[in-house]
Amino acid sequence: MKNTLKQVFHSGKFVVGFIIFMFIVVTVFIFPIFVKTDPLLTISQSSIQGSFLPPGIYVNVYDSIGTAPYTLMLDNAATMRIASKLSPDDRTAIKEWLVKAGIPETQIDTTDTKSLLALWTNNYDPKKQIPGMTFAKTRYYQRLNTSLQGVLSTEGLIFATKNAETGALEQTGSVAQSDYVNASEVPNVRLLLLGTDSFGRDVMPELVSATGTSLLIGIVAGLIATTIGLVLGLAAGYMGGVVDDVVMFFTNLFTVIPTIVLLILISFSIGQERRGAVTIAVVIGFTAWVWTARAVRAQVISLRNRDHVNLSKLSGHPVWLIIFTDIFPYIASYVAMALILQISSAILYEASLSILGLGPKTTITATLGLMLNWAFYYMAPSLGKWWAYMPVIVVITLVSFSLNLMNTGLDQVYNPALRE
Amino acid sequence: MKGYARYFSKKLMWFIITFMAAFLLNFFLPRMMPGDPVAAIVARMAQGQSNATGVQAIYKQYTELFGTNKPMMTQFFIYLKNVIHGDFGFSFSQYPRTVASVLKSSLWWTVMLQFPAIIIGFLIGNILGVLAAYLRGWYDKALMPLSIFASGLPAFGMATILLVIFGIILNWFPTSGGYGFDLIPNLSWAFIWSMIVHYQLPFWSIVLIAIGGWAIGMRSMSIYELNADYVKYSRFMGIKDKKIIQYVFRNGMLPQVTGLALAIGTMVGGALVAEIIFSYPGLGTTLLSAIRGQDYPMISATTLIITVMVLIANFTLEILYGFIDPRIKAAQSD
Repeated sequence: MKNTLKQVFHSGKFVVGFIIFMFIVVTVFIFPIFVKTDPLLTISQSSIQGSFLPPGIYVNVYDSIGTAPYTLMLDNAATMRIASKLSPDDRTAIKEWLVKAGIPETQIDTTDTKSLLALWTNNYDPKKQIPGMTFAKTRYYQRLNTSLQGVLSTEGLIFATKNAETGALEQTGSVAQSDYVNASEVPNVRLLLLGTDSFGRDVMPELVSATGTSLLIGIVAGLIATTIGLVLGLAAGYMGGVVDDVVMFFTNLFTVIPTIVLLILISFSIGQERRGAVTIAVVIGFTAWVWTARAVRAQVISLRNRDHVNLSKLSGHPVWLIIFTDIFPYIASYVAMALILQISSAILYEASLSILGLGPKTTITATLGLMLNWAFYYMAPSLGKWWAYMPVIVVITLVSFSLNLMNTGLDQVYNPALRE
Repeated sequence: MKGYARYFSKKLMWFIITFMAAFLLNFFLPRMMPGDPVAAIVARMAQGQSNATGVQAIYKQYTELFGTNKPMMTQFFIYLKNVIHGDFGFSFSQYPRTVASVLKSSLWWTVMLQFPAIIIGFLIGNILGVLAAYLRGWYDKALMPLSIFASGLPAFGMATILLVIFGIILNWFPTSGGYGFDLIPNLSWAFIWSMIVHYQLPFWSIVLIAIGGWAIGMRSMSIYELNADYVKYSRFMGIKDKKIIQYVFRNGMLPQVTGLALAIGTMVGGALVAEIIFSYPGLGTTLLSAIRGQDYPMISATTLIITVMVLIANFTLEILYGFIDPRIKAAQSD
C-alpha cells in the first residue's frame, strides 16, 4: 500500500491533478470561515442596471461623503474624469463634426482625450451651420458641448438637505474636485470579486458554495455508481450462470440507452419540489454504474481461473473471502480510476441536467449547473455579463481536468505499456 | 455466411429488446410526475377568468382531449397505437400544435448537426492519436494535456467558450438560431449561406470536444500496436514507416469503432445541451422548452426519438463492425 502510494505520487500528471483538485476542495472549506455571508442572499437591487453588477469594489457614496476628505493634487485627475464620461460614440461624433468643420482627419486621435477636447473647445461654435446636418444632430452637438463644459468646470459640488420645517434646501457641505477619501476609512465598502448574478447574489461566495455542492453530488453519485458497478461486476464475473446473464442483460440495455435520456426522464418524474442536491446525486449514481460493472466483470472473468484463486477454492475458503483477498486487490486500481471518472462525469451530468432545467430545487442550494442555468436563462452571454458564467465554467473545467489528469496518471502507473 | 446471419439476428434481437425497454421507460417515467399537467395548462389558459364552471368545463374537455382521464394501461395502448401511426398527440405547452409537427423540423436540425460533427471529431481524434503514438516527442507532449483538457471539458463549456470568443468578442459568427431571424426557410442562396454561418459554432464545439477523448484512446491503442510483432517484422522487412502507420491505424481503429458505438449515446446527450447554448432549433432546444412547459407528451416523444436515433446509430455501427472485423462475428457465434 505504501509503495503503491509512493509510485502514484511519482507520476507528474497525477500530482498536478491532485494539487488542483485539493486546492479547490480546500477553498471550499476555508472560504466560508473567512466570508460569513449567506451565499444565496440577494444583495443588489437595481431596476436601472439590472441585477448583473460588474465585479469591483463598491464604496458607499453616502458614507464617503461623511468621511473626512484628503486633498491630493494629481494632475491627470481632470483628464481621467472626462475620459470616463466620454463614450466611444461621443468620441466618433466629435471626430465627425471636426472633420466636417475642416480639421484634417490625421490630426484627430479619438483615443487621446486631452488633445481631442482641446480641438473641440478651440473649434466648436454652436452657431456654425454645417451643410447637410439634420436639426436633431445639431442639437445633439449643442447638448454634448454643454455637458462637456459641465465636466470641464473646476468647481466642486455642493450638497444640501431639506429643512424639515420650511422645505428649503440648506447647504450642509461641499466636495472639491481634489478631495479623496481613504477607502479603508469608509465604513461600508463591499468587494464584489465576481460581481453579482441575475438575482443580485454575490457570485464569489455563491460559486464557492456551488462548487461544494457539486463536489458533494459528484462524490455521492460516484460512490453509489462505483459500489453498484463493483458488486454487480464481481457477482456476474465470479458467479457466472444466471446471475451473469441477468446482470449482463441490464448492462447491455443501459449501455445503449443514453444516460442523459434516463436522467431527464427520472428527474422529470421526481418533480421540481422533491429534487434536492442529494436526490439528484442518487439518481445519477443509479444510472451511471453500467461502465464499471462491465469492466469489473471482464477483469474478474480473466482472474477467476488463475492458479491462486483455484488454490483458495481448494483450501475451502468462503466465496466472500476469495473475492476480497484474491480478486479485489487485482482490480482495486481499476476501481479507483473508475471512481475518479465517475465523480467527474457526475458533476458534468448534474450541470447538463440543471441547464435543461431539471437540476436540484433552485431556492435552497446553488450548484455549478444551476448557476449556469440562470446565467443562460437571463442571457448573460449575449449581454456581455461574463462574470455570471465564465468563473463557473472555469471551475467545472478545472475540476474535471484535474480528475482526468489524476486518472491518466494512475493509468500510466498501472499500465506500464503507456509509460514514456 | 451463416455466421453473419447469426451475428446479425442476434444484434437485431438486442435492438428490439432495448427499443421496447426504452419505449416503456419513455411512456411511464414522465407520467409518474406528481401533480396534474392538464390542471397547469388550464390554470394558465383560464388566467383572469372568474367563471368556475367554465374553467371546470375547459378542464374536462382537455382531459378528454389529452386522454389523461383513462387508466394508465389504456393510455399506454392508445399511445402505442398512435405512435405506430406517427402520432405523438398534442403538445401541452404549444397546444394546438401536435408533437409530431414540432419534432419533424427539429429532428432534421439535430441529425444534420450531430452526426457529421461526431464522425468528423472521431476521425480527426484518431488520426491525431496515432500520430502522437508514432511521433512522440514535443507533439505528443503538447497534444496529450490538450486532449485531456478537451475531453474533460463538457460540451456546453466548449460551446460557451466558442460563443464568447467567436460570436461575441470577434463577432465572426452569429450566436443563436439555425438561420438568420429575418429569413424564411427556402432554397435561396442567402438562406443556405445563413445556415452555413450559423452551423459553424455548434458544429465545432461538438467536434473539438470529441477529438480529445478519441486521441487519448487511439494513442494508447497505437502504442500497444507499435510494440506488436507485425510492426517489428515489417520494420525488418524494410517497409516504409508511412505504410506501417497505416497498418497500425487500421488495427487500432477496430476497438475505437466499438468505442464509438458505446459512446454515441453520451455524445448525443452532450451535444443536445450544446444546442441549447446556441438556441439551435434542434431537439435539445425543443426538449428545454418542453421541460419548461411541463409538456410530457413532448418530453416523451423527444427522448424517444433521441433514444431511437442512438439505437439505430449503435446498431449500424455494430453491423458494420461485424463486416470489418470477422473475429468478433466468429467469437459471437460460438
